Amino acid sequence: MQLTLIVLLPFLGALCAAFLPSNARNAEAWLAGAVSITCFGLAISLFPQIADGEVVRVVIPWLPQFGLDFYLRLDGYSWLFAQLVTGMGALVVLYARYYMSPADPVPRFFSFLLAFMGAMVGMVLSGNLIQLVIFWELTSLTSFMLIAYWYHLPDARRGARMASTVTAAGGLCLLAGVIVIGQIAGSYDLDQVLASAEIIRAHEWYPIAVVLVALGALTKSAQFPFHFWLPNAMAAPTPVSAYLHSATMVKAGVFLLARLWPVLAGTDLWFFIVGGAGLCSLLIGAFAAVFQRDMKGVLAYSTISHLGLITLLLGMNSPLALIAAVFHMMNHATFKASLFMAAGIVDHETGTRDLRLLSGLSKAMPITATLATVAAAAMAGVPLLNGFLSKEMFFAETIFAGHSPWLRIGLPAVATLASAFSVAYSLRFIHQVFFGPLADNLPRTPHDPHRWMLAPSALLVTACLLVGVMPAVTVGPFLHSAGRSILGLGMPEFSLSVWHGLTQPLVMSVLALAGGAGFYLFLKRRGEVHGAAPLIDRFDGRRAFDVIIVALIRSADRIKRRLYSRHLQTQLVVVVCVSVGAAWVALHESFTFWGTQAPSRVDPAFALMWLIGAACAIGAAMQAKYHRLAALVMLGGTGLITCLTFAWFSAPDLALTQIAVEVVTLVLILLGLRWLPRRIEVDDPDRRTLRARARRVRDLFIATAVGFGMASFAFAIMTRPRGEQTLAEFFIERALPQGGGSNVVNVILVDFRGFDTFGEITVVGIVALTVFALLRRFRPAPESMSVPRAQRDDAPRSLTALPDPDEQLPPSYMQIPAVIVRLLLPMAGLVSVFFLLRGHNAPGGGFVGGLVMATSVVAQYIVAGTMWVESRTRIHPQYWMAAGLLAAAAAGMGAWLASHTFLSALAWHGTLPIVGEIHVSSVLLFDIGVYMLVIGATVLMLVAIAHQSLRSHRRPAAVAAATQVHVEAAADAPTGAQ
Amino acid sequence: MELVYALAIGVLTGSGVWLILRPRTFQVIVGLALLSYAINLFIFCMGRLTVERPPIIRADGATDPLLYADPVPQALVLTAIVISFATTALFLVVMLAARGLTGTDHVDGKERDK
Repeated sequence: MQLTLIVLLPFLGALCAAFLPSNARNAEAWLAGAVSITCFGLAISLFPQIADGEVVRVVIPWLPQFGLDFYLRLDGYSWLFAQLVTGMGALVVLYARYYMSPADPVPRFFSFLLAFMGAMVGMVLSGNLIQLVIFWELTSLTSFMLIAYWYHLPDARRGARMASTVTAAGGLCLLAGVIVIGQIAGSYDLDQVLASAEIIRAHEWYPIAVVLVALGALTKSAQFPFHFWLPNAMAAPTPVSAYLHSATMVKAGVFLLARLWPVLAGTDLWFFIVGGAGLCSLLIGAFAAVFQRDMKGVLAYSTISHLGLITLLLGMNSPLALIAAVFHMMNHATFKASLFMAAGIVDHETGTRDLRLLSGLSKAMPITATLATVAAAAMAGVPLLNGFLSKEMFFAETIFAGHSPWLRIGLPAVATLASAFSVAYSLRFIHQVFFGPLADNLPRTPHDPHRWMLAPSALLVTACLLVGVMPAVTVGPFLHSAGRSILGLGMPEFSLSVWHGLTQPLVMSVLALAGGAGFYLFLKRRGEVHGAAPLIDRFDGRRAFDVIIVALIRSADRIKRRLYSRHLQTQLVVVVCVSVGAAWVALHESFTFWGTQAPSRVDPAFALMWLIGAACAIGAAMQAKYHRLAALVMLGGTGLITCLTFAWFSAPDLALTQIAVEVVTLVLILLGLRWLPRRIEVDDPDRRTLRARARRVRDLFIATAVGFGMASFAFAIMTRPRGEQTLAEFFIERALPQGGGSNVVNVILVDFRGFDTFGEITVVGIVALTVFALLRRFRPAPESMSVPRAQRDDAPRSLTALPDPDEQLPPSYMQIPAVIVRLLLPMAGLVSVFFLLRGHNAPGGGFVGGLVMATSVVAQYIVAGTMWVESRTRIHPQYWMAAGLLAAAAAGMGAWLASHTFLSALAWHGTLPIVGEIHVSSVLLFDIGVYMLVIGATVLMLVAIAHQSLRSHRRPAAVAAATQVHVEAAADAPTGAQ
Repeated sequence: MELVYALAIGVLTGSGVWLILRPRTFQVIVGLALLSYAINLFIFCMGRLTVERPPIIRADGATDPLLYADPVPQALVLTAIVISFATTALFLVVMLAARGLTGTDHVDGKERDK
């Protein structure tokens, strides 16, 4: 429970923090601080349970059949990291409260900071490798958001993009690596993976796993050659740099390497990949740090170097080195975070972080200077501070790690050299900023900040001192439990003390201190401290990254240009051909077209029917270009034959729906045709070119092939008997007893598969609204703006004066149709309700009923005119749609009252006085919803198109045209006849 | 019967495919309508052709599946008919808007380069 809370609380806090007002700095800080301290406390309270190597587990089953559970696992090592993340989080929150300017939108900052904390804690506590990768990627994501916090700065955007590209790509590698490990071990459960260490190391996929996991870890921990993202990530606010990019997130990589150390380490491959990357980072990072101009730049490269040290330790394949690595992870976090805070304070108080400008600040801000000096000394490895201890352990390991004479001498030498660089940059960092004459050209007058801004740094420096003086008392037990939880019984003895006697490591330390100081003095005398780093400056990782990204984009572009066409026709040809090809590949071997069942006798009437249907279809295909109306009529003919076919083969519901839809579609397209300029058939020379002909022949061939394929496919299926077990049986047996209706199709639609229908009517509603919205700003083709010929001939009555809504009947020849259609409306309403109500037991239902009603409403518009109808309507289609959706949803949710699932039917069967026996079901309400929505949506779509004739932007044109016709009627005769 | 039915599907599909490969938007809209008839007929015939046995439970309550046409394809096709009406409407409006916006009724929004 406590364990779940530690992971859950930061995410909840992030959610709350996101909704606080943007100037609530204090509330945000209290919230974030409370969350991190609570988590810290929760973790502390769990220590007794894990101190002796036990493991606390929380498993929440998720997809157990795939071996995926939400699994939290706390042991000594993850406990140490949980402490680090939450404790450091609390300090950073306090620091950020004073660091962030009142103008910054803090909810975003604290929300992402807390989300990061949750992701990081989730990562270290994950007991399942897949889950670990998910949290891992979450930390990359939140890191992206935090680096880009000041997104108006191009550097911030660029740094964020680079960091996220590199670490997310590494994360994908890690995912692949973890899957490989999981496949070998047979489980993603960390306990099982650790238990199958031997199997994994012996497996032939082991090298793949090592390379992939190392790629993930090295990118995350900014190790050579992926180190370049970290200096660029310094564009983040300093609390973020202190928290993510020195203390926690960059430690995720080395955390994972140590976590999987018992499984993957112990081979030469591991030594060369992990140790090699660590060694390079250690040396290059330290060397580059000496020459940085930005305070945070120094710290960033120093972080790369220290992480390199840890990685090298992990790569050495020795248990003692592992202990040293874990120890150094903690030490580095304490002194580096406090140095970042100091850099942030200097930036905050002076307005710059440029080492060339800063000088002599110890006079203006003595407390900051003292704290930073101690922390930097710890970084340099000065005795009596924590950095010294782990560095000694590192030196001792380098001496014993080498197998070959090369390594035996080379490794300690390189270690001492890197340490000397580390001393040099620490010295430069402190000397340049805090000593010498006080700089007088600073943007702001420096002074010590608010004491609460100093407190976190002071606390960390105290920790450095305490650990440095009394290591065995302060960190001994924790380090022991952490080492024990990784190494198990193979845990070596180690001694934490300041004085080990005059040993080789001590000599190396002294050499490094002296050498580093000498190197700094040498550079300072030559005045090269602010120049570009010699030798390595040319190998700019950032430039390489940019080149790779640009090359990627270019090649993607090239591939797209090869494979992609902007022409719809080409795309469709590909789609159709691929479908045919896929069907052919799947079917051509195992398929004999003639089934075993003899086809039934051909009814001549049916054959004749389809002779007409086919003729109509082919005619429509031929006429659709120049004679749209003819094509439309023939399309309708085919639709009618289809409808008759449904009726013929026992599908009354389909026939009804098809005919209603047919009518509505026809009206719809007719309304649309008005706005499509006519296409005059001329002898187009383009049509006779060889290319155009070839294209037509090709399309004809494709069309014939698809048609033939579909026909034979359909025939092959129809001449095979129906399967033994079909869904039909299920529905037919249950329709009456469970669905309460004898029309099985309707029961399926509104009851068994009600949720599908609910989705479907929602789609219809959305389409109607989209049509409406698209037409609001609709500008038709200019050629179709003028008044149609038929209306122009009728101009004197219909256009010179706008139609008068108060007139009882429309003028001229429409009077008799208007009377008929108006009488038809109540009849049609009756019929539609009849269809709706009987739908459950006989052909009908909400769809058909709604379409019938909508058709009769549209008929009113057609005959009486829009103005006349709309001056009399009381109900608007939008309301019908809303009411329909609400009714359907209410029918669904009503089931909750009886604690059934959504859309289960509730039925009541009883006898009422006078009325007699009655059956009421929530299904009817659902069908009423369908009915209302179909009416609303259909009417809305048709009316939206029809309304285009009345649009104000077109009326002047219409009136002008009409008057013109009126005046020039005689002279305009040739135009009229056109 | 089956042969006639299958040929009908073939002719409708062929005409539809021919039309959706044409360059004019109106041709594509008619083509899609023809294709949707063909597909609906095709889905419908998955339940095999049965005459005079609508899937409406008889008064005697018999539930032998052989007495009825398969209701499942019918339910699917009913849904498909309504949805295809909605998409036709949407496509029609997009077609009109594109015609007004681009000045051509070519499916690419501009005449093919010659």
